[in-house]
Amino acid sequence: MPDTTQKNDEKKKSGKPGKVVRGERYEIRFSGSGGHGVILAAVMMSEAAGRNPKLNVIQTQSYGPEARGGSSKADVVISKETIYYPKAMKLEMLLAFTQEACDKYYTDLKPNGLLVVDSNMVTKLPIKNSFGFSFIRIAREQVGHPMVANVIALGAMAALTGLVSRDDLKEVIKTRAPRGTEEKNLKAVKIGFDLGLKALKEKIG
Amino acid sequence: MAQSKNSVRRLVQGNEASMLGALYAGCNFFAGYPITPSTEIAEGMARMLPKKGGRFIQMEDEIGSMGAIIGASAAGAKTMTATSGPGFSLMQENIGYAYITEVPCVVVNVQRGGPSTGLPTKIGQQDTMQARWGTHGDYTAISVAPASVRECFEQTVKAFNFSERFRTPVTVLSDEVLGHMREVITLPEEGEIEIINREKPDVPAEWYHHFEATPNLVSPMAGFGEGYRFHMTGLVHDPEGFPTADTNEIRKKLSKLRNKIVRFSDELVQLETTMMDDANIAVVAYGTAARAAQQAVLMARDKRIRAGLIRPITIWPFADDQIRALLKGIKTVLVVELNMGQIVHEVDRLAHRHCKVESLNRFDGEVLDPVEIFKRILEVK
Amino acid sequence: MPATVQPSDVAYNYLRVKKNFPNVWCAGCGIGTVMGSIIRAIDKLGYSKNDIALVSGIGCSSRLPVYCDFNTLHTTHGRAIAFATGVKLAKPHMKVIVITGDGDGLAIGGNHFIHACRRNIDITTILINNHIYGMTGGQCSPTTAHDKKATTAPYGNLENTFDVAQLAQAAGASFVSRSTVYHVQQMDKLIGLALEKKGFSLFEAISNCHTYYGRLNKEGDAVSMIQDMKKIALPIKAAKVLPPEKTKGKLLTGVLWDVEKPEFCSEYQKLIDNFKDEREKNNA
Repeated sequence: MPDTTQKNDEKKKSGKPGKVVRGERYEIRFSGSGGHGVILAAVMMSEAAGRNPKLNVIQTQSYGPEARGGSSKADVVISKETIYYPKAMKLEMLLAFTQEACDKYYTDLKPNGLLVVDSNMVTKLPIKNSFGFSFIRIAREQVGHPMVANVIALGAMAALTGLVSRDDLKEVIKTRAPRGTEEKNLKAVKIGFDLGLKALKEKIG
Repeated sequence: MAQSKNSVRRLVQGNEASMLGALYAGCNFFAGYPITPSTEIAEGMARMLPKKGGRFIQMEDEIGSMGAIIGASAAGAKTMTATSGPGFSLMQENIGYAYITEVPCVVVNVQRGGPSTGLPTKIGQQDTMQARWGTHGDYTAISVAPASVRECFEQTVKAFNFSERFRTPVTVLSDEVLGHMREVITLPEEGEIEIINREKPDVPAEWYHHFEATPNLVSPMAGFGEGYRFHMTGLVHDPEGFPTADTNEIRKKLSKLRNKIVRFSDELVQLETTMMDDANIAVVAYGTAARAAQQAVLMARDKRIRAGLIRPITIWPFADDQIRALLKGIKTVLVVELNMGQIVHEVDRLAHRHCKVESLNRFDGEVLDPVEIFKRILEVK
Repeated sequence: MPATVQPSDVAYNYLRVKKNFPNVWCAGCGIGTVMGSIIRAIDKLGYSKNDIALVSGIGCSSRLPVYCDFNTLHTTHGRAIAFATGVKLAKPHMKVIVITGDGDGLAIGGNHFIHACRRNIDITTILINNHIYGMTGGQCSPTTAHDKKATTAPYGNLENTFDVAQLAQAAGASFVSRSTVYHVQQMDKLIGLALEKKGFSLFEAISNCHTYYGRLNKEGDAVSMIQDMKKIALPIKAAKVLPPEKTKGKLLTGVLWDVEKPEFCSEYQKLIDNFKDEREKNNA
């Protein structure tokens, strides 16, 4: 029986990006409003992570009345061990497209968890450990379509977590992006990945 | 059927897995009506069945969907429908017809919160007893409850096997979280799971009785248009299928419906246990709730509490003998369900005052989380 | 029935004569007459018994299939068309015939009825309309006329009726016809035409329930009720050349509607055929 017990010990830090520590769960949440494409972003993240044969991945979501303008969320749980409980419990990283989603979910972050927001949408940051990017504005200005903001955010999240490679993301986007939008989405993910890497360097540097 | 794709690890959704499992089992007819959170199964079938030479139809309601799959099965097809609570309620009338006329078919119930319209996008396990007692009259039901995306696939195949083997409708009790959850998995390869098909008659048409008494109580089944010209009716009937008022025939018919399943329950029972060898507290859970329970049991073990998990995969018939044996030496059994307590009554019956039976229930549309269950284990141990 | 059906009769070869008789119908009931017409039409068309499925719901008329030596399916109340849809789509080469009544087909089964019309699935529905629920003891049905009495309309029916033919036509059926149990030869012919029609075809057989409807509404015995049918029936061809005042209150009979439109099972077959190359490639 694999030991997958949730260890919430603060001392044993797993907060470093890019590490799925043995016996632990690495949990990410994509949240926003209906139409932000948070579920698709989570699906793409899961599929890209799943390309690593050592990782188990589960993606769940919460929608319904919330998806009609309220907050919607999609969780990705990644572990080297069997994942029993499928929903996220303590988030490593939270993406919030709206202030409402940010306020609702930031308490689910681990003590050292990272908050990533759309800086135009989320102006009041509840915690310090955070990054802000103008996903929607960049999508409109650099790709010509606000719809790809979720994929830019996905790219940034991927770079910040270090869990999935650029190539894996590209492969997933080729299959999951709606037909005819592959080029735009590939461009978007590149922009996002670069943004994430740059931010990470600035922080570490 | 091209199954080569199955060997590739990929992200699969629970409902997609149920759909693929049905196709793997040879399902070639699907009738359904849109209802959250089951719709992906119908959508997948609408896409896949014509490609495979099978047939899909969206009916005007769930009553019609159930009727259509019974009609198609009577005509020789392997058939399925998928629904959720409100639709499952509507189907009960014709599910009863499938019991009495002994027509194999599979119903996937992707459970949501109820009663009534309830919580369309939220999880529930509130139809567990409905799967057993949903339609009127006396009969014995078969239901299976998967707990992972791969099991959505495997248990749908099993449901078809049970259905064909026992000539009876079988319910797959999935749920909203499971149906919409995606897991990176590999699916069973072609040939990996045995496929059972209904036994066909090998007698001349004039000797054929559609409900013939056989040693294993399951009658070989011809399909419409195959030259046997039999009669089927929802009225209680004799072995030929014609209505009867003979009390002896009535007793025989109803006993057959029960005994053909009860006597072979060992073939049907699927049970998974974790750390039960030295356990003094047993947690009983099924479906999605079992995943939280499993994690909670591991948390308890970390605290040196001797907890174990009993997970029925076949819910009906309930694993009486197996669970009774497992409960020997157990101090407390904790039944964890996403309803106000349904299977707990079955467990209580088996515990029969030999051990304490406690329950933990959640019915607000959310999954119990492992910490809640762990805390309850501490309380009741 | 066994006393009246002789081995020399056409029907004899199509009935389960050794089983199930005597039948459940009251002496003088028109349902047996409709059964005779169905059998003669099938015999004339030369269909194989093995290829015919007779599907019914619940009620007096729905007891008809049990007497016939075909593939017979006596289903739940109102659901015959849904079951028949499954049979037909699973075995499209079969002739699927639904036997229903006014209560079974239009009240509890009304939704399945209109959707089968809309879908235009190749099923022949024979709706035996006796304007009342017979089996349960004379309650009012969707075709019980306004002011007429039934056990659940003891002071006269306050509701209005369906015109079955117009309903089917509006819902999208490709063939609609009507006759009465008095006009047996016309009935034989119309059932034959309905069976031969590709698409959803309806034949409405006006029948008598002297036991309940006749007694409650003082319309006499079976003979007098059937003679009344002769008086009110008017072939649609004749009606077309008559002035409106002469057709008022008449029951139009014959082929009331006949159009060509895509049939569901054929359309589905085309869809399957479109994927033929892909299937062969996958199997190779």
